[in-house]
Amino acid sequence: MKKQAVGQSMDRVDGRLKVTGAARYFADHQPEGMLYAALVCSTISSGRITAIDAAKALRAPGVADVVSHLNAPPVPGYQVENPNPKQGLKIFHDDRIYSNGQPVAIVVANTLERAVYAASLVKVSYAKEAHETDLAASMNKAFQVAKIKDYLRGEADAWKKAPVNMEAEYNIPIEVHNPMELAGMIAHWEAPDKLTVYAKTQGVKSVQQTLKTLFQLPEDHITVHSQFVGGAFGMALRIWPMEIATILAAKKAGKPVKLVINRKEMFTLVGYRPAATQRIGIGATADGKLTGITHSAVANTSPYEDFTEAIVNMSRMMYACPNVNTRYQLVPLNLSTPVWMRGPGEATGAFALESAIDELAHKLNMDPLQLRILNHADTDPDKNLPYSSKYLKEAYDMGAAKIGWQQRRQTPRQLEEDGWLAGYGMSSGVFSASRGKATASATLRSDGSLIIRSAAADIGPGTATAMVQIAADATGIDVKKIKFLLGESEYPEAPRQGGSSTVSTVGSAVNDVCRTLQQKLGELATANIPAFKALKPADIQHEAGALVSGTSRLDYAALLQQQQLPELVVAATSQAGDERKQYAMYSFSVHFAKVHVHPATGVVRIKHIVSVADSGTVVNTKTARSQMIGGVVGGIGMALTEEALIDQRFGRYVNNNYADYHVPVNADTPPTDVLFINKKDPVINPMGAKGMGEIALIGFAAAISNAVFNATGKRVRDLPITPDKLI
Amino acid sequence: MSQAPKENPTTPGKKDKHEARRDFLKQSSALMALALTPPLVVKAGENDEAIAGLFEKMPVSMHINGKAYQLSVEPRVTLLDLLREQLALTGTKKGCDHGQCGACTVHVDGQRINSCLTLAVMQEGKKITTIEGLSQGDDLHPVQEAFIKHDGFQCGYCTPGQIMSAVACIREGHAGSPEEIREFMSGNICRCGAYDNIVAAIMDVKQGGHNV
Repeated sequence: MKKQAVGQSMDRVDGRLKVTGAARYFADHQPEGMLYAALVCSTISSGRITAIDAAKALRAPGVADVVSHLNAPPVPGYQVENPNPKQGLKIFHDDRIYSNGQPVAIVVANTLERAVYAASLVKVSYAKEAHETDLAASMNKAFQVAKIKDYLRGEADAWKKAPVNMEAEYNIPIEVHNPMELAGMIAHWEAPDKLTVYAKTQGVKSVQQTLKTLFQLPEDHITVHSQFVGGAFGMALRIWPMEIATILAAKKAGKPVKLVINRKEMFTLVGYRPAATQRIGIGATADGKLTGITHSAVANTSPYEDFTEAIVNMSRMMYACPNVNTRYQLVPLNLSTPVWMRGPGEATGAFALESAIDELAHKLNMDPLQLRILNHADTDPDKNLPYSSKYLKEAYDMGAAKIGWQQRRQTPRQLEEDGWLAGYGMSSGVFSASRGKATASATLRSDGSLIIRSAAADIGPGTATAMVQIAADATGIDVKKIKFLLGESEYPEAPRQGGSSTVSTVGSAVNDVCRTLQQKLGELATANIPAFKALKPADIQHEAGALVSGTSRLDYAALLQQQQLPELVVAATSQAGDERKQYAMYSFSVHFAKVHVHPATGVVRIKHIVSVADSGTVVNTKTARSQMIGGVVGGIGMALTEEALIDQRFGRYVNNNYADYHVPVNADTPPTDVLFINKKDPVINPMGAKGMGEIALIGFAAAISNAVFNATGKRVRDLPITPDKLI
Repeated sequence: MSQAPKENPTTPGKKDKHEARRDFLKQSSALMALALTPPLVVKAGENDEAIAGLFEKMPVSMHINGKAYQLSVEPRVTLLDLLREQLALTGTKKGCDHGQCGACTVHVDGQRINSCLTLAVMQEGKKITTIEGLSQGDDLHPVQEAFIKHDGFQCGYCTPGQIMSAVACIREGHAGSPEEIREFMSGNICRCGAYDNIVAAIMDVKQGGHNV
């Protein structure tokens, strides 16, 4: 029996391209005759543009054009009547300014330096209006989005009557995805009705659809290339106004135009995790059985779009609790629109819930791990369905053993190591294990190689590698002879890479297209090959890339050669069925942290992290581990350092660069142990793989704040946990 | 448009200093002449290139990945933008343009530097190595091999900078322990958070006694 490819610690199939600099990200392309663009962005936070003086810029050497609302070509999709007053930011459509840093013009020149310099010469005059960028100061503007209603199970606010209870407010600041790769686009109108773009996107098909709507072009007149994406973490789940600006500039220039925004603009143009204020009330019996949870959240959005996410949902389903009510509201601020950032709303909500559980445990004088186990949900209390698989208790045990949980003291501030206060903390995370719809094509060549195509994306988790492993097991063909191609809009339909669903969704399509291929090969063999003529295609066995019946064995390659077929192409579409109505499907994570806190300076040093994932089958243990440690590093930033600070007087970010917005560096990160349950989910998809990208981060920040509390006795409810909050 | 210098990148040797100075003097007189020309003529767009060539560019010679280059570049062009936009060496990445992230790390005369923080015209006579010049043909450098083996990346965008930095880190003698590596690799941000694996890769090369 051939060794399974799924479950191996296989090197990435695109590793060589990445270590040699040969992997080409959007900005690495250079179409013939390409021009460069730079943005002119608003310096006010609310108001109107009264004048744009581009004369000096237009006189500067090499400048081709300055495009703004005064001269931009019309966007057909912007003209459509839409009753919704919040229609997003229509770039260069009118004189309205909603936020600081909003693009007001794009300058096109024949070199990068000339474009950047000329952008500095554009003089914009404004009529300023009052702005509001402070969430805390705007709580009176909170409103409920129609599609997200209040939630009630059992009795509202039951926590208030509980023998042991507590209520607290938790705040997270704006966090910015800040992938290493700067965002932007190369746009090229190859004909007046034919557009090609090189994009940084988590979904080429999604970009194609948006452009189809906006420019009202036939789908096959829009080509989107995005084979390598330099990180995104959610910010490339949608198209941004600056990308439309680039397309408009290219339209006017009649040549390809490249825009790469700068790091400062990464804070204002491509989304962020919204600031959120949450209140949790939680109550239990004296022996620790939860009786009520009330969770409310208010998060910011922009003036022109309502961005919503699932901040309060974890409180509805994580624990067996009879009485739960939640409320979710938005506040519009003069900022650009937020977008899902890794873990998304669930990570925001998990910080509050998993901190509150720890606070309640302290009040109960109970081990917080025991409290969680005591209130473990055996069936989904929200959907009232059995779980497709759930090994959370095992994950608690594995993590506790690895971190040395028995070293933890129940009373805070009891442990000292080398002059530092030491503490242990833990938390849990949960995220819906989803499965969407995707199509893949498979091309089997007469040399025995297999190429599978699907318009999936890869922002780093190793999509192509996992797909090759899945295809290798489905066909028996060696991994070295299989290629998986993604990131092209001409490939068969696949959803965006988001919500931890790529392996589940696209992997299922890959599995199914391999089955379709085998069926087709079976038909070929039964119709044409004497040894197989007596059989039905379904009766033929498939082993290691060959058709087998009794003693007859025919390699796929040999079959194609005999039939004089240079290649055989099939396609298959795959999606979930009714099983999703019968089961609750979630991935779970458990995070354990050991921290040191300096008693005099308040500096927090993370000494050890253990993260455990219950994510079903682990397709590739090497890349899966990388995904988990990546979540840990992102979580360290969320817990300890990341905060986009606004000077409220101007509505402008003040730390909009890597030197002042602190993402964790190598020296900030501790040795990390990643453990996997690695048990196949019997329901979700053929591989039994649930998702992993989000749970790697969800809950993590609470493990740190809980450990800090255990070390110091100080409860920090406002992230990030900077030293000033501990002294 | 013709911003990219079209010099043959394999042209060996470089201009001597006197020749460069003569070019400069020629440019200076042309600049004077243009300064005396009526503004209407100067502003004409089609003259941009001719004017820029005389006014704005300077000759510079350097070796990149073993090849000699004789170039003419604007003094404001960074080494990073020269590599990426004019020489099509796009393996070196731009992450911040402010020396804060390390994605643009290259070697100049064997030292690791942020190529976004240095101007191309300052590289006269320097030997520059980028990620494209690290491997010997198809044979990967041991650090490249180790990054694949230990999965020292996810998206791969910071990887060229990490690898150039890692090679220098070992050569500098700063790869003695995981803690030392973490400290001396902290100028290279990896937002995907592959730090643990990057440290393992560097330790592996160091302990393997490879010649880096």
